[in-house]
Amino acid sequence: MGSLGEVDHSEDYVEEQGSYLQLMKGRGEDHGESGSALAAPSGQEDTVDTPRHFRAQPFPSLPKRAERLVAQAHVTRVYITWGGTLVGVVAGEGRRRRFPVAGGGRKGGGDGFRVHGGGRQAFHKIDLPLHNWQRCLKLLVFSMEKMARVTTVLSGSTITGRTMFCHLDAPANAISVCRDAAQVVVAGRNIFKIYSIEEEQFVERANLRVGRKLSLNFSCADVVWHQMDDNLLATAATNGAVVTWNLGKPSRNKQDQLFTEHKRTVNKVCFHPNEVNMLLSGSQDGYMKCFDLRKRESVSTFSGQSESVRDVQFSIKDYFAFAASFENGNVQLWDIRRPDRYERMFTAHNGPVFCCDWHPDDRGWLATGGRDKMVKVWDLSTTRTKEVYCVQTIASVARVKWRPEMKYHLATCSMMVDHNIYVWDIRRPYIPFGMFEEHKDVTTGIIWRHIHDPYYLLSGSKDSTLYQHMFKDASRPVDRANPEGLCYGLFGDLAFAGKDSMFTSDSNRKTYGGERRYPIFFFKKPDLSEQFANVSSSLNVFEMEGGSNSVDWFVNMAQQYILTGRSLAELCDHNAKIAKELYRYQVAQTWTMLRIVYSSPGAISSVNLNQSIGKSGGLPLMNSLKELSVALNNEPRLERGKAENWQEMNHIHSSNPLITANEENEETEGSDVPADYLFGDVEGDEDDLYMVDHENAPAEEHEYILPQEAFQLRHEIIDNPSAPDHLQDKVESPHVSGNEAETVCLTPIESFSLMSISQPLYDAYLPADYFNSLVKDMLHYYAEQGDVQMAVSVLIVLGDRIRKEIDEQTQEHWYTSYIDLLQRFKLWNVSNEVIKLSTCSSINCFNQASTSLHINCSNCKRPMSSKGWICDRCRQCASMCAVCHQVVKGLFVWCQGCSHGGHLQHIMNWLRTSSHCPAGCGHLCEYT
Amino acid sequence: MRLASVANTTKPRDGSVREYLLCSNCQKEMGVRIPRPLGQGPSEFIPEKEIIQLGREDAETRLLFIEAFATLGRLDNITLLMGFHPRYLDSFLKTQHYLMQVDGPLPYHYRHYIAIMAAARHQCSYLVNIHVNDFLQVGGDPKWLAGLDSAPLKLQALSEVNKILAHRPWLITKDHIEKLLKAEEHGWSLAELVHVVVLLTHYHSLASFTYGCGINPEIHCDGGHTFQLPSVGSCCVCDFTNGNDVVEDLLNGQEGTKGTETVCEVEVLMKKMKQLQECRDEEEASQEEMATRFEREKIESLYVAPAEGEEAVDTRDVSRRFEDPTYGYKEFPRQGEQNVPTFRAQDYTWEDHGYSLVNRLYPDVGQLLDEKFQIVYNLTYNTMAMHKDVDTSMLRRAIWNYIHCMFGIRYDDYDYGEINQLLDRNFKVYIKTVVCCPAKTTKRMYDSFWRQFKHSEKIHVNLLLMEARMQAELLYALTAITRYLT
Repeated sequence: MGSLGEVDHSEDYVEEQGSYLQLMKGRGEDHGESGSALAAPSGQEDTVDTPRHFRAQPFPSLPKRAERLVAQAHVTRVYITWGGTLVGVVAGEGRRRRFPVAGGGRKGGGDGFRVHGGGRQAFHKIDLPLHNWQRCLKLLVFSMEKMARVTTVLSGSTITGRTMFCHLDAPANAISVCRDAAQVVVAGRNIFKIYSIEEEQFVERANLRVGRKLSLNFSCADVVWHQMDDNLLATAATNGAVVTWNLGKPSRNKQDQLFTEHKRTVNKVCFHPNEVNMLLSGSQDGYMKCFDLRKRESVSTFSGQSESVRDVQFSIKDYFAFAASFENGNVQLWDIRRPDRYERMFTAHNGPVFCCDWHPDDRGWLATGGRDKMVKVWDLSTTRTKEVYCVQTIASVARVKWRPEMKYHLATCSMMVDHNIYVWDIRRPYIPFGMFEEHKDVTTGIIWRHIHDPYYLLSGSKDSTLYQHMFKDASRPVDRANPEGLCYGLFGDLAFAGKDSMFTSDSNRKTYGGERRYPIFFFKKPDLSEQFANVSSSLNVFEMEGGSNSVDWFVNMAQQYILTGRSLAELCDHNAKIAKELYRYQVAQTWTMLRIVYSSPGAISSVNLNQSIGKSGGLPLMNSLKELSVALNNEPRLERGKAENWQEMNHIHSSNPLITANEENEETEGSDVPADYLFGDVEGDEDDLYMVDHENAPAEEHEYILPQEAFQLRHEIIDNPSAPDHLQDKVESPHVSGNEAETVCLTPIESFSLMSISQPLYDAYLPADYFNSLVKDMLHYYAEQGDVQMAVSVLIVLGDRIRKEIDEQTQEHWYTSYIDLLQRFKLWNVSNEVIKLSTCSSINCFNQASTSLHINCSNCKRPMSSKGWICDRCRQCASMCAVCHQVVKGLFVWCQGCSHGGHLQHIMNWLRTSSHCPAGCGHLCEYT
Repeated sequence: MRLASVANTTKPRDGSVREYLLCSNCQKEMGVRIPRPLGQGPSEFIPEKEIIQLGREDAETRLLFIEAFATLGRLDNITLLMGFHPRYLDSFLKTQHYLMQVDGPLPYHYRHYIAIMAAARHQCSYLVNIHVNDFLQVGGDPKWLAGLDSAPLKLQALSEVNKILAHRPWLITKDHIEKLLKAEEHGWSLAELVHVVVLLTHYHSLASFTYGCGINPEIHCDGGHTFQLPSVGSCCVCDFTNGNDVVEDLLNGQEGTKGTETVCEVEVLMKKMKQLQECRDEEEASQEEMATRFEREKIESLYVAPAEGEEAVDTRDVSRRFEDPTYGYKEFPRQGEQNVPTFRAQDYTWEDHGYSLVNRLYPDVGQLLDEKFQIVYNLTYNTMAMHKDVDTSMLRRAIWNYIHCMFGIRYDDYDYGEINQLLDRNFKVYIKTVVCCPAKTTKRMYDSFWRQFKHSEKIHVNLLLMEARMQAELLYALTAITRYLT
């Protein structure tokens, strides 16, 4: 045994087959009777006063390295004799209780004992005689908090192994490990085998599914290995039988006892952690039964009075308590001495609770997992049941197991769909701490290999494999998670959260608001691999320059636009006017042009013409052209970021080939749209394009070409000398203010006066359809520029004229974006109007979704389930007007302070004369 | 037509005055022909007067009726019959509403079309008619109704799964699922598929209920009305065929002689239940015995042949265009005959597995179905015929498990010997017919089982049949989907 060598090399090892002591505490003094029996260990050195509430039990046979000591009191000191025997421990608060332990009699023997701690006990100090200083040293080094650690040291049987698996012949339903972590039992409908866990592989040790006729008793829903007796197993059969198996039996069939008391499938069996002969079962028939293995039938039956029992678990700390979880979502706590009723019941989940598990260290904590995909941790230590943690997984939770030695970790696997095993840190419920992805089908059983070792997890699955997972091999989803977040605000602000390191390395950026930082996660000192990565993020908010005013136009336009109900010309004019008032000349101009393009010439009244043309009184087309270019220079700057400005500038001056060429090289920051595409779009829209293109003289377009005067535009743009220089500035210093840009760009306006006017030649014979492709491009342009408002508005106003030009999906996309924006600005009415006017069926049906309004009765506060105005519970009309005492069937307005209200009109009238509530409740009503 | 239907449903409440007004108004002044219902009351099997009368129902049921009327615009015969069991009706209506009228993966006209497909498999003209109307109402293309060939390929692809689920659900495999999901542009998404499966199973089993209770056609549907004015002759025929007074007198006459026998029936049944309850602990059948019992029950169910003859005649030929007469119900194969393994209920249960899968792919439906199954499984009034305070759980479980047994689903923890004790032959014939070939159900079958039991109890049985069938089909379909996913 490697264990012995490690502890003490010098002494001879004597095969220890003697009895040893198991010490455990009863349930404190009040239950002393149960714990007073003491079996005298053989060959004691000194039987010091054995405390009354400690009980010792001899074990019939001992595997060499499996001596154990369970002390359930606080341990303060440990004495070890010269021979290496642990003589006594001091327990309790200063009271000396010494008792002899484990194979004491033989000197030089009995080394490799293991000390099992329940986990709560701690060695604060270990006193050792100096005879064996080597051992002293080792023990002192490990004078650690938990007995469990001492276990490892003393026995030296540290678990080793690697991630490995073996194929089973059939799907597994459940697995369980032997207490020394050397063997695992796998049970399922068609399998019942024991495997020993070797360094490199699983080795089949026994097949318990033997016999001529395989009855349903072998079809196991659950299996559990006794944690005190290595020979004892229990299974729950799908036909309702509870079977125990004794591996010590000489015959091939190891079946020991058979209890067929349950009428339905038994879902779970559980051994008492400290009591050898006590077995508990929970069944589909709603009963839990407690069996004493020395008797032939159950000792007591517990009726949950609710539905099927899905899981039963003895409390680890509390001798008499167990928890049961039910199909209807309840969890009950029972005392095994009181079968008549449960001690406590609470509703843990919505839907069945598939599993529960007591925290190994913390007395009051119970983890439950349910079909509602939640894992919840309950604190039951006080009289009030409290949910302390909650983890939301992605599938229903089939099993949950606390991770040994890790207070906040637990492992889960799911019942359907999801095949992975997750290890959660319950304090970080959003992302699994570790994840095992080996299984190909749902995992049906998980168990930590050793109750004090957090690094090995065993799992069985429907895919007929048995796995041992090493925790260090687990994948860590957090490593793959993207720790950066980016979001645009409503007013153009940009929020960016990212790791601290990103910002420190990039000194150019300043975090928002000077050095203000918004930490999102705080983490304790980085420590090993057992911590979540130390993530601390900071949040940066980039504000739009020029403040939030920049989006006012959006709200105003949305509210003032008229989209339907008048002739096209009127709509266009109106909208153009609105746009103009808001200094959005380009948009205004577009509207005007649409009017011109799509309304028949006769429809344009002179008044309208004048209005749109303004003081120059020239040809609308020409006029629009120049205004357009003004708008081009001017208006976008107000609302868009610098990159776009830069782009605009770029294209305005793209008539100069040289500059264009240069700039194209530099065009990295802006959009990746080809420059010439934008050329057409930005500069021209439809009419403009013709004239500009004329320079290149496409022959077939001659008939549509306007007179020479139109080329004033060219000069006008080229005449603006300052622009190119300015452009360079901008590229270099992106933080140039909006004002600066504006002043420079306003200059071209002056040159417009040079324009002359000629008669429109095309009006008479140019079909409106001709422009469709241009209008389409224009809409796309607006949408791409982020002005989806314009795109949608034009789409609605033009209606059928343009709709077929644009494919359905794009339209839908625009509509949804615009509606989304409107709703974010809380422009509900406008958004509804848009939905109503849209012609996409998928948009229209927005109005039909979630149209039901759930109301509660104002009298009894219960939901009104029936249609109509009478509450079916209190038989009164629910919504009475406080003024006229009639039922309100239309708009109901009420005060949020006193909840009285009535017809909108009545309340308004009432409030004109009085500010008190019309119902006479004395409340000073406030309506906003 | 709608008006007439409304008038019909409101008739008992408002009295005959209003009906008269309506009739005279329409008939004389507007020249509208007033349709008259052909059948009497909602069910062919149950005399109208024993069915809940509108206006006399209790508050709970009334609310449900009002709600049903408000959401559907009609109060159909199915709803009226289910009114016997308001708790169930509530859940049923909620589920159906969610499946058909609430946003979900499938477009509305698809849903109705699938309902038509499913109902047509059982030649259930009643459901077909209703959903043809609904289909047209939600804007479905009338051309599709010419037959499955005229429908989009995507829907055509469903035909096979529809057939299998309706008649031999145990044959469905992951290949079927894969075929539906992988079919390029005509492929279904997983969520859609789950919706489809739920709809198919819902309407298959609803067809069972329709036949099992002998639902009469709705007045506004074909075959549900006549424009003939009431004449003495038609009245007589009508009354006679629909088992009103004359027939009842006849029956009563018979009952004079049969009376004692039928009373015994209930007594015997109750005694058996008691016995089973008591002796369960004493005698433990060996495991092999249990297994053979299951097999025996399964095999025996094969011999319980549904009555032949009396082919149902379709009133609307739509349904004929959807069915494939070559594919009908076939018995679950005997052990060893084919490679269809027994479905172990514990390995794939609705509560654990089915629910999780459905709810994942089609949110909330799992919850609704779960509720519905639970309600129907646990529904009891602790009465049996004239006896009160009876624990019927055993009987209900026997019925439920018998149906699952016919579909080859076995519960490890059930002793199938119980079924034999509790369900007599007539009853088994009825169950088998309703579940497997509902179109063959006749009034004689309905009358011949459980003669002493109330109609409400027989409807209760029908609900059990319907839900057990639905769950069985769902389990097979969902297993196939799960297999496909893993």
